[in-house]
Amino acid sequence: MADSPIAVEHHNPALKHHFANMEQQREASSLGMWLFLATEIMFFGGMFCAYLIYRYWYFPDFAAASKSLDITLGAVNTAVLICSSLTVVMAVRAAQLGKRQEQVVYLALTLVLGLAFLGIKGVEWTSKFKEHHIPGPTFNFEGSVPGHPDQPVDQHHAQLFFSLYFAMTGMHALHMIIGVGIFSYLLYHAWKGKYTPEYHTPLENSGLYWHFVDIVWIYLFPLLYLIDRKK
Amino acid sequence: MATAALTAERENYLNQEYGIKSWLLTVDHKRIALLYLLSITFFFFIGGFFALLIRLELLTPAGDLVQADTYNKLFTMHGQVMVFFFLIPSIPAVLGNFLVPLMIGAKDLAFPRINLLSWYLYIIAGVLMLHCMLTGGVDTGWTFYTPFSTAFSNTKVIEAGLAIFISGFSSILTGLNFVVTIHRMRAPGMTWNRLPLFIWAHYATSIIQLLGTPVIAVTLVLVVLERALHLGIFDPTRGGDPLLFQHLFWFYSHPAVYIMILPAMGVVTEIVPCFARKRIFGYQFVAMSSIGIAVLGFLVWAHHMFVAGISLYAALIFSALSYLVAVPSAIKVFNWTATMYKGSITFSTPMLYAFGFVGLFTMGGLTGLFLAALGIDVHVTDTYFVIAHFHYIMVGGAVMGYLGGMHFWWPKISGRMYPESLGRLAALIVFLGFNLTFFPQFILGYLGMPRRYWQYPPEFQVLNVLSTAGSTILAVGYLLPMVYFLWSMRYGKVAPDNPWGASGLEWMTPSPPPTFNFDAPPVVDWEAYDYEHIPAPQEARSGG
Repeated sequence: MADSPIAVEHHNPALKHHFANMEQQREASSLGMWLFLATEIMFFGGMFCAYLIYRYWYFPDFAAASKSLDITLGAVNTAVLICSSLTVVMAVRAAQLGKRQEQVVYLALTLVLGLAFLGIKGVEWTSKFKEHHIPGPTFNFEGSVPGHPDQPVDQHHAQLFFSLYFAMTGMHALHMIIGVGIFSYLLYHAWKGKYTPEYHTPLENSGLYWHFVDIVWIYLFPLLYLIDRKK
Repeated sequence: MATAALTAERENYLNQEYGIKSWLLTVDHKRIALLYLLSITFFFFIGGFFALLIRLELLTPAGDLVQADTYNKLFTMHGQVMVFFFLIPSIPAVLGNFLVPLMIGAKDLAFPRINLLSWYLYIIAGVLMLHCMLTGGVDTGWTFYTPFSTAFSNTKVIEAGLAIFISGFSSILTGLNFVVTIHRMRAPGMTWNRLPLFIWAHYATSIIQLLGTPVIAVTLVLVVLERALHLGIFDPTRGGDPLLFQHLFWFYSHPAVYIMILPAMGVVTEIVPCFARKRIFGYQFVAMSSIGIAVLGFLVWAHHMFVAGISLYAALIFSALSYLVAVPSAIKVFNWTATMYKGSITFSTPMLYAFGFVGLFTMGGLTGLFLAALGIDVHVTDTYFVIAHFHYIMVGGAVMGYLGGMHFWWPKISGRMYPESLGRLAALIVFLGFNLTFFPQFILGYLGMPRRYWQYPPEFQVLNVLSTAGSTILAVGYLLPMVYFLWSMRYGKVAPDNPWGASGLEWMTPSPPPTFNFDAPPVVDWEAYDYEHIPAPQEARSGG
C-alpha cells in the first residue's frame, strides 16, 4: 500500500476524517500526550509536596524508616526500569525503520522488564507486610533514630513515612500496570504489522508515557530509599 | 422528537441520524455538547432544589423545616452539585464543545472519542453522586475539610470524594481536547490574533483544568485513603497537618473559580461587539488578560486560609497577589465598556445578560478585593459576606454568561429562534431575583451572620426573608428559558444562518450546522470582530 508517498498521504487508513493529513494528526496526538503528562506531573506533585513537608518536619524518623527499605532491590529496580526505557526507544526506532521483527522483540523485552519491576516491587511490599510496616491498626516500627540509639522512632511519624511510601509507590505501580496493558496491546498490533515508518504514533506516545513513569521512579528512588544512609 | 419538524430542511447534525444509539455513541462534538446540556441542566435543578430548601429553612430564625444535620447535608450537596456537576462543565462542556471547532474552522475536536469518554466519565460520576445523595449524602461542606471529613463525619465522604475525583477527569479531558484543538486544528488563515476571544478564554480555562484538576484528584485520593485506612496524613493527633489539605484543596479550588468565570467572560466578549456593532476594544489586552487571570489564579489560593493559621508573611504575600488578579479582570470590564462606547446598541436578550454580567461581575470582583484585604477578611471570614461575594461571581457572573451564551447561540444550536420578548422578560427577572437574593447577604455577613448555620438571631430575619423571596423569583427566571427553549424547538421561527449579523466562522455555516461543520473547508482572510464589514442580521422565517 506504500508504493508512492502521495498515496500514503491521502489514503493512509489510519488517517481520521477530521484531520487534513497525517502530519497534523501526528502532531495533535503528540501534543495531547505531552499535555496529559503535564497533568500527571501535577498529580504526582501533590504527593511529592506532602512528602517533602513531612520529611522536612520529621527528618530523623523518616531517615530511620527509610533505612528499613531494601536498597539493593530498589537499585535493581531502578536499573530494570532504565533498561526498559531503552528498549522502548529501540522499539520506536525499529518502527521508524520498518523492522517489524525487531519491533516485536523490543516491545516484548519492555514487557518483561516492566513485569520484572512489578515482581520485585511485590517482593518488597510482601516483606513490609510481614514486618508490620503497613499503615493501619497493626502498624509497628521498631528501631531508633539514626545516630541516637537511645531515641526511639516516633510511631506516628514512621507511619506517615510508610503511608506516603505506599501511596507514592502504589500510584507508580498502578501506572506501571496500565503501561503493561498498553504495551501488551502494542505488542499484539506490532506483531500484526500495524506500525509502519509512516504511522507509528501510538508507539511513540506510549513510549512517552513509559518514560514519564520511569522518570517518576527516578525521583522516588532517592527520595524514599536514600535518606541519610551514611549514618 | 421535536427536531423531526426540521426534516424538510437540509441535512444537518441533528437530522442526519436518529435513534438513541446515534446519540449515545456519537463522536460529533455538537451532539456531545447537547448530551452535556441535558445532563448539566438535570444537575442544575437538583442543586437548585437544595438551594431552595436552604432558603426556606432560613425564612425563620428557628430551625423548623430541617434539623441541623440535614441542613449540613443540604448546603454540602448544593455546593458539590453546583460546583462540580454544573458550573465547571457548564460553558466549556456545552458551548465550548459546540463552538470551539466551529469558531476555528475545524471539522471536530482533535480527539472526538476522548470527548465522548469525558461525557461518560461525567455520567459515571453523576450517578455515583446521585447514589450518594439518595443513600444519606455528605455533610462536610463542599470543601471536605480535614480532619472532620477523614475522622469524624459519619456520612458518605468516600463516595462523594470518588464521584468528584471521576468528574475531575472528565474536566481534564475536555481541557486537553481544547488545547490540542486550538493549537493544531485551526483553519488556514486563522492566526492566533484572529481567534475569537471566546477561544482565548477557553484556552486559558483549559490550562487551569489541565494543571489544577490533577491536584484535587490526588488530594481526594489521599482523603479517601486516610478515611478508609487511617493513614494520618491530615490528622494532627498523629503528626499529620490539616493545613496541608487546605493548601492542596485550594490550589485547585481557587483556580476552579476561574474555570467558571473565564468562559463566561469569553461569551460576553462575543456578545458585546455584536450588539454594539463595533470591533472589540483592545483585542490583545482582552486575550492576554484571560491568560493573565489563569496564571495569577494559581498564585492566590492561600487567601482562603487567612484565619487558618498560616504565617503572617505568607498571608501578606497572598493578599498582595490576590489584589493583582483585579488588574486583568478590570482590563476586561473597561474594554467591554469601551467597546459599547458610541456603539449602536441593541437591547436584545443576550445583550441584557451581558449587561447583567458586567455589572454583577464588577460587584463580585470589588467585594473580592474586600476579602483579599487581611483586616476585613478576618472580620467577614465564614460569614454571608463571603457567600454573597462568590455567588455574585458564580451566579451573577458565570450563570449569567452561560444564559447569555445559550440565547446567543441557540439559533445555531437548534436552528430555531426563541421568543425575544419572553427572553428579555426572563433576563430581567433573573437580574432582579438575583440581586434580591444575594445583595441582602452582603449586609447580613457584614453584620456578622455566619455561614453554614440553620438558625440565626431574630434581628436578621428581615434580610433573610428578602433573600428567600428573591430566590423564588430567581427560580422563575431560570425555569422560563428552559420552557421557551423547549417550546421553540417545535414552534419557534426557523433561524437563518446569521440571525444577529455576528462575526465569526460559526455564523457562516447553516443553522444548525452540518455534521462536519462546513460545506467547504473555510479559509480566513479577515480580522476578528470586523463589524464595519459585516452584513446586517438576517430575518427569521416562520416555521411549522
